[in-house]
Amino acid sequence: MLTVEQVEKSYVQGGLFSKHRQQVLKKVTLECRHGECLGIIGESGSGKSTLGRLMLGLESPDRGAIRLEGKDVKDRRVRMGRISAVFQNYTSSINPFLTVQDAIMEPMKALQKSAQGQQVHAKVDMLLTQVGLDSSYRTKYPHELSGGEAQRVCIARAVSTEPQYLVLDEAVSSLDVSVQIQVLQLLRSLKSLYKMSYVFITHDIQAAAYICDRFVFFREGQIEETVSVDRLKHVQSDYAQQLLSHLISL
Amino acid sequence: MNIVEVEHLKVWDTHTNQAIVHDSSFTVRQGSCMAIVGESGSGKSVTCRALMRLNKPNMRQSGKMLFQGTDLNQLSEKEMRRRRGKQLCMILQQGMSAFDPSCMIGVHIRETLQTHYHWNTRELERRMRLAMESVMLRNPMDILNKYPHQLSGGMLQRIMIALALVLEPDLIIADEPTTALDTISQYEVLEQLIQLRERMGCSMIFISHDLGVVRKIADDVMVMKDGKIVEQGNMQSVLQEPTHAYTRYLVSTRLELSNHFKALMQEGS
Amino acid sequence: MRLFKNLSRDKLAVTSLAVIVVTLVLGICAPLVAPHDPGAVNMKLRYASPSWPYLLGNDHLGRCVLSRLIYGIRPSVLWVLAALGFSVLIGAAAGFAAGYFKGKVDAWLMRICDIMLSFPGYVMTLAVVGILGAGLENILIAFVCMKWAWFARVIRTSVMQFADMDYVKFAKASGIPSCTIITRHIIPATFADIAVISSGAMCSMMLQVSGLSFLGLGIQAPHAEWGMMLNEAREVMFSRPELMLAPGLAIVVMVSAFNFLSDALQVALDPKLMTSTGKPDKSLEREVRKATYEYSRG
Repeated sequence: MLTVEQVEKSYVQGGLFSKHRQQVLKKVTLECRHGECLGIIGESGSGKSTLGRLMLGLESPDRGAIRLEGKDVKDRRVRMGRISAVFQNYTSSINPFLTVQDAIMEPMKALQKSAQGQQVHAKVDMLLTQVGLDSSYRTKYPHELSGGEAQRVCIARAVSTEPQYLVLDEAVSSLDVSVQIQVLQLLRSLKSLYKMSYVFITHDIQAAAYICDRFVFFREGQIEETVSVDRLKHVQSDYAQQLLSHLISL
Repeated sequence: MNIVEVEHLKVWDTHTNQAIVHDSSFTVRQGSCMAIVGESGSGKSVTCRALMRLNKPNMRQSGKMLFQGTDLNQLSEKEMRRRRGKQLCMILQQGMSAFDPSCMIGVHIRETLQTHYHWNTRELERRMRLAMESVMLRNPMDILNKYPHQLSGGMLQRIMIALALVLEPDLIIADEPTTALDTISQYEVLEQLIQLRERMGCSMIFISHDLGVVRKIADDVMVMKDGKIVEQGNMQSVLQEPTHAYTRYLVSTRLELSNHFKALMQEGS
Repeated sequence: MRLFKNLSRDKLAVTSLAVIVVTLVLGICAPLVAPHDPGAVNMKLRYASPSWPYLLGNDHLGRCVLSRLIYGIRPSVLWVLAALGFSVLIGAAAGFAAGYFKGKVDAWLMRICDIMLSFPGYVMTLAVVGILGAGLENILIAFVCMKWAWFARVIRTSVMQFADMDYVKFAKASGIPSCTIITRHIIPATFADIAVISSGAMCSMMLQVSGLSFLGLGIQAPHAEWGMMLNEAREVMFSRPELMLAPGLAIVVMVSAFNFLSDALQVALDPKLMTSTGKPDKSLEREVRKATYEYSRG
């Protein structure tokens, strides 16, 4: 289980003479259970992306800790092979010097140094098929891929080590709506295939509602409300109700 | 009466000799909102930039683009510049890169307004203040003294709308103005755009890839795929009875998301 | 290799590369290639015009100008290249550490760089030469001591751009160790920038070494060096201008070759020009060319 325990994070802003501390996360506690998809919903500036970065060990919290099966996530050996991520900006998520095959193989190589040759090729082909791309994509470079294709490659890369947890930081927000639904369906199928748990960070409730089991509404660094998907229409907090009433749907 | 009549517009890249927009023809009725819908790379932004003649120098265009009876393709750069801003206004997707990051918003706005109107500073500020208050921006003077990176995306979009209010153009081209915003900002900016149209009675070309947004604001819809217009017509008929397969695909994928959500919200209530 | 394939499309780059490679080979094999001993004094042939045994004529001591030119490649080009290599190595190590790890490491390294950069270049070189005495090794030591800080600064900026990229974030999040990330992602990405500034800096270093030798502070007589040959020809500048031509042209050609190579490398190493089919995308190439800009020559 991935637990966030009383996490606080602040940033210092300002110049030489006028520094002030901005509290981005205020005593946040939540947990993501095995096999569930947890949606973290918030507007920009709410601190959800910071929470995502802390979960991935990219930064350390000022107070509190984030633990995976009891071990602190700051240690990179704890994260290796157990947590992975898909980010919003697919153009900068893949090293432009690497082919699709090299990019997908990277976490696998780090995990098992001995994997090589035919084994790896076969695994890459299998992953590409699973995300809906054919094996001709193996030798392509990132700038030759469209938005949807690039994001699928990122997903293939993230699931290559069969992690327990996948942090999706606004993974579908930059895609066209028609592509979003395809990627969401892909994520759904991969979740049951690999038995992963997702942390789906987004501002778009409709997209989150498509795959999430539980929602955490985030505002100004604090949790406003936690609700499961079947109780979504009975949200209590003003903020959650405001978000739901501002939805634009077809 | 049509405010914009485009006939056989072709845009091609001289470096690669590839056509980006193939023979497009469409009209925009006076006072109506035409939405251009399509996925990334379908040529929607290129079409609108071609209307404003703001494409990169290696892109050439041909065809007739009548704006209030004048063919924009035939005008000189000087005459075109006089029309831009005053009669043709553009609202862009990324607020952060639409303003000069090295100077305050107020400076940029003052420059724009002084190019088209000969008001003194006080008159300018008064009009800007009124416009910004009407788009729900509190403390307009404070905001005008800030730099773009200090403001959020939603606020920058609203400043662009306020600028359009002051300029009072005949045609507003909004290029995916709500795509980069989150839920609440998107809703509010869309409301502002609808009110802007009602207040000024101007015509609008609204580019989007989200049919949900299009349904709220548009009267007519034009669907583009790979540089070609595949379907166009009245919004209701295109969205409810699409004839082209691609339009049906766009509608069905969008509905999938919305319907799933609506089903969730209605279960057992 | 992809780099050479990209470069081979630019004729000027190929010519420059050929010139540089030929010069380096000539310099390394100088004893085998030079027709005569560069130090062989023959007073009967003072200021002789070019003849078959002495293709470029003789200087004020009757020594073969061509041989001196070839032997002069060693101090003028090879040693400078070696000093450049050292500087870049030290500067890159500091730059990578500062740019990737940021925080305290960055702060400390940059303060040291600030101190080193606050000394004016030429003045420091003259001071070091004054303390250690004239000589090529001392000049090059002074260069290495001064230049590494400049490289560190520029490379750090380049590294910081790439260290914030999402693919580096992904690698960090996946638990990949820092050394692997730096080797696999940061070095290839910054290699283009490093190659470009190094070849640019090579030009200025060559000119500075030649300049200081011209002033008599560099390599000492009777060793051959292009700047010193210019100095020796200065006395007969108006009566025998051709003696200045040979070393002067040699310097101009080498510096220009490195300059052109530097510009061409910047375009050739741009990842946008890579395609899976190996065929270039002409339109992008033109755009990338337009975006090339001069790095300051330090």
